[in-house]
Amino acid sequence: MHGLEFDIAHFLAGGMVVVSFLLLYQDRVYTLLNTFALHSLVLALAVGWQAYIQEAHHLYVTAGIALLFKAIVIPMALRRIVRQLGIHRTLEVVGGVGRDMLAGTALVALAIMVMLPVTAGADALAREDLAFALAVLLLGLLLMVNRHNAISLVIGFMSLENGLVLAAAGARGMPLAVEISVAFSVLIALIVIGVFLFRIRERFDSVDMQAMDTFREGRRK
Amino acid sequence: MIVATPLKITQALAGSRIDRTIESRFTLMRPDPPPRGSPRASGIRFSRMLLPLLLGLPLVLLAGGVYAVVASRRPESGRRIHGAALAVCLLLLALALGYLLARDSPLELALPLGLPWLGMHFRLDALSAFFLIVVNLGGAITSLFALGYGQHERAPERVLPFFPTFLAGMNWVVLADDAFSFLFAWEFMSLGSWALVMAHHQEPANARAGYLYLVMAFFGTLALLLAFGLLAGPAGGYDFAAMRAAQITPGRSALVLVLALLGAGSKAGLVPLHVWLPLAHPAAPSHVSALMSGVMTKVAVYGFIRIVFDLLGEPVLWWWGGVVLAAGGVTAVLGVLYALMQHDLKRLLAYHTVENIGIIFIGLGLALAFQANLLYFNAALALSAALFHVLNHSLFKSLLFLGSGAVLTATGERDMERLGGLIHRMPQTALAFLVGSAAISALPPLNGFVSEWMTFQAILNSPELPQWLLKFLVPAVGALLALSAALAATCFVKAFGITFLGRPRSPAAAQARETDRYSLAAMFVLAGLCLLAGILPGLVVDGLAPVVALLNGGARLVDQYNQPWLTLVPVGALKSSYNGLLVMLFMALAAFAAALLIHRFASAVARRGPAWDCGFPDASPATQYTAGSFAQPIRRVFGTLVFQARERVTMPPPGDQRAARLDVELHDPVWERAYAPIAAAVIALSTRFNYLQYLTIRHYLSLVFGALVVLLLGMALWR
Repeated sequence: MHGLEFDIAHFLAGGMVVVSFLLLYQDRVYTLLNTFALHSLVLALAVGWQAYIQEAHHLYVTAGIALLFKAIVIPMALRRIVRQLGIHRTLEVVGGVGRDMLAGTALVALAIMVMLPVTAGADALAREDLAFALAVLLLGLLLMVNRHNAISLVIGFMSLENGLVLAAAGARGMPLAVEISVAFSVLIALIVIGVFLFRIRERFDSVDMQAMDTFREGRRK
Repeated sequence: MIVATPLKITQALAGSRIDRTIESRFTLMRPDPPPRGSPRASGIRFSRMLLPLLLGLPLVLLAGGVYAVVASRRPESGRRIHGAALAVCLLLLALALGYLLARDSPLELALPLGLPWLGMHFRLDALSAFFLIVVNLGGAITSLFALGYGQHERAPERVLPFFPTFLAGMNWVVLADDAFSFLFAWEFMSLGSWALVMAHHQEPANARAGYLYLVMAFFGTLALLLAFGLLAGPAGGYDFAAMRAAQITPGRSALVLVLALLGAGSKAGLVPLHVWLPLAHPAAPSHVSALMSGVMTKVAVYGFIRIVFDLLGEPVLWWWGGVVLAAGGVTAVLGVLYALMQHDLKRLLAYHTVENIGIIFIGLGLALAFQANLLYFNAALALSAALFHVLNHSLFKSLLFLGSGAVLTATGERDMERLGGLIHRMPQTALAFLVGSAAISALPPLNGFVSEWMTFQAILNSPELPQWLLKFLVPAVGALLALSAALAATCFVKAFGITFLGRPRSPAAAQARETDRYSLAAMFVLAGLCLLAGILPGLVVDGLAPVVALLNGGARLVDQYNQPWLTLVPVGALKSSYNGLLVMLFMALAAFAAALLIHRFASAVARRGPAWDCGFPDASPATQYTAGSFAQPIRRVFGTLVFQARERVTMPPPGDQRAARLDVELHDPVWERAYAPIAAAVIALSTRFNYLQYLTIRHYLSLVFGALVVLLLGMALWR
């Protein structure tokens, strides 16, 4: 493995972690969507680079799917939904940038601590990739836990899925059929989520999860 | 593994080659084949087919079950299925009997089914052949009974598919030769019988019984699974041959013993694991109750014997015998005490099964104690007694359950307080039931006496044991056994007397009709077998000899068939011997002579006169001795201690119009001390964690996230 190839792969995978950090403190919906598009773009680059250095041509398809759907179609669709729901001006109170950053850093450290000893036998690239992928996954979960807004939950879920794709690409890629079906299932998830968002909105006049929770509390009693 | 290529070769070559390819495909093994060309050469060919035949015939039963699903609503399907089950069971019975009597060497067969790295192993040896006989004898008789009894079934589509399935499962359990096949067949049997228990699920008591049975069955299977896991060890030798060969540490083998006792004991009904049994066995249709009580409990005993005597092997520690003995003794006495308190005929029989399982386990415990001290001759005696009792109990308990089924169809009643006088309306059923009652009460010349007598012979040899604890324990267990035998006789005097004698206590009992001829045939075959095994015990003991030799390092009882007058001489002619034939002849002669004398010198005719009525003519049948009154003395003596029985008499003052009342309050000690706390704890815990059902989405996500982080942290720190 050439030093440069490794460095670029490392840089791109690390870039995803950084963008995940960016996602954590975006309190406006549009910027969150834009950051997610950036996240997917970096993923597409990372997977494309993997395809180039592994000479695994089917990974180009994976990268293309990531670029087309995750960096372009999904953010645009979500943007439309947001506009139709009329929530593009809402501000979401994020728990506190400093606290989130600290928690995120701890999670990245945890991911590295777990992954590096486990994959001692694998080659360096796969090890780094797996550690970063786990970090992206954990950060996505952290995002989902922190937010109330349904759109933010969707974004958290999609960034988590990006982490999975990164892991699969690093570990010599997954079969193309699996990749395509995963991509389509994510798309279908988007459609279902979109429909649900409108339904939720119709019923509760809000896509804030807290409103739903209070409603549930009321029913329970 | 299947070899793909031999297909072409077999087409090109002669028949001998085909044989060999079959051998290579199924790895048929015979440890010491007799020389070819001997008179038994045809026997070799036959015995090679024997095990596949024994495994394949239950498939016919399964096919019957599938047919039943399709055609169970047609009226003739019941007869077809029971007829087919009868034929298959008879065939299996004949094959197993032939194998056992020929004293052949074990047959093995490995099929490329099941888990890919394990396959399915099957083995036929003397032990499994003996239990095949027990299973299929019970299966054949109950199928015969069901030919008639099944006509009365309200919902045949709930019974017919599972009856043959249940039989097939029991056949496979005794043939299995690896943990996977064994547990698979065991669960097959459990689920089949569970479906039969739930046949009349509309009654809430049956649904509760089914639930409890399911919980206990899963608990038992879990215990067996753990036992097999310990036997297999870290290398994972899950076939029984590897377990036999493996050496495990004494601590582990003790754990295996306890787990086997829990796993097999929960199916067999050892106290305190018996709670499901008296609920589930009576809930099923009567012929299935007969199968469950008479046969399935024996399959559980088989499981225990297979694990402890065969797989665990040497060395046997002396206290194992003590543990099994104590469990058996407590089970025997508690079982019969419970039975005495019951007024429901089928439930009484089910509790009585618990007692008999206790007797069998006493025999097995004695055998373990003797084996531990290398007293193999005495161990052979105890083992013979236990196995003999296995056979006996399957005979008379099936008979009694079938009799109770006949009573149930004739009257629609299980409660003895509403029966009575049936001997006039159903004389033949009454005779068969009487034979069964006498046999289970261990009266000579019937079979129950022989096995209990042999158990006592083994107990009397216990002073040869060197351990002081056993020296004290064994006579104590002997006293418990004697007590339970006496109480069993009381119990069946009550069961027979209240049900069949006296005057009918309800209109249903007064209008009962004799049952159909199939049912009668089934009961009389069993009654005849009870008598035969009682008067020719030597032949049964000889038939058991290869089984005992297999489990007991080759030591067995001396041949009995050449004893003079077919006497049973297990220990030595000077010490003890029993001759059922002579006893029966003497009893017949004495009875005949007594009858002759009475009729000659007293009165030649039977007269029917009015009963003495204390000056109150036309007394109501309710003034008769009842089941409750029969149990009262026993309840007074043992009930206050064991069941915390309280009697309260409410006498209204003079002038008050209310009737006097006698209230009896009984507590089930096992349920209240062992099971109720567990149930309460489960409910308390689930109430406390109920709020987890109502969390918000964020809380659920946080839970997942937290769990993931904690697990990852554990992984990172632990490494």
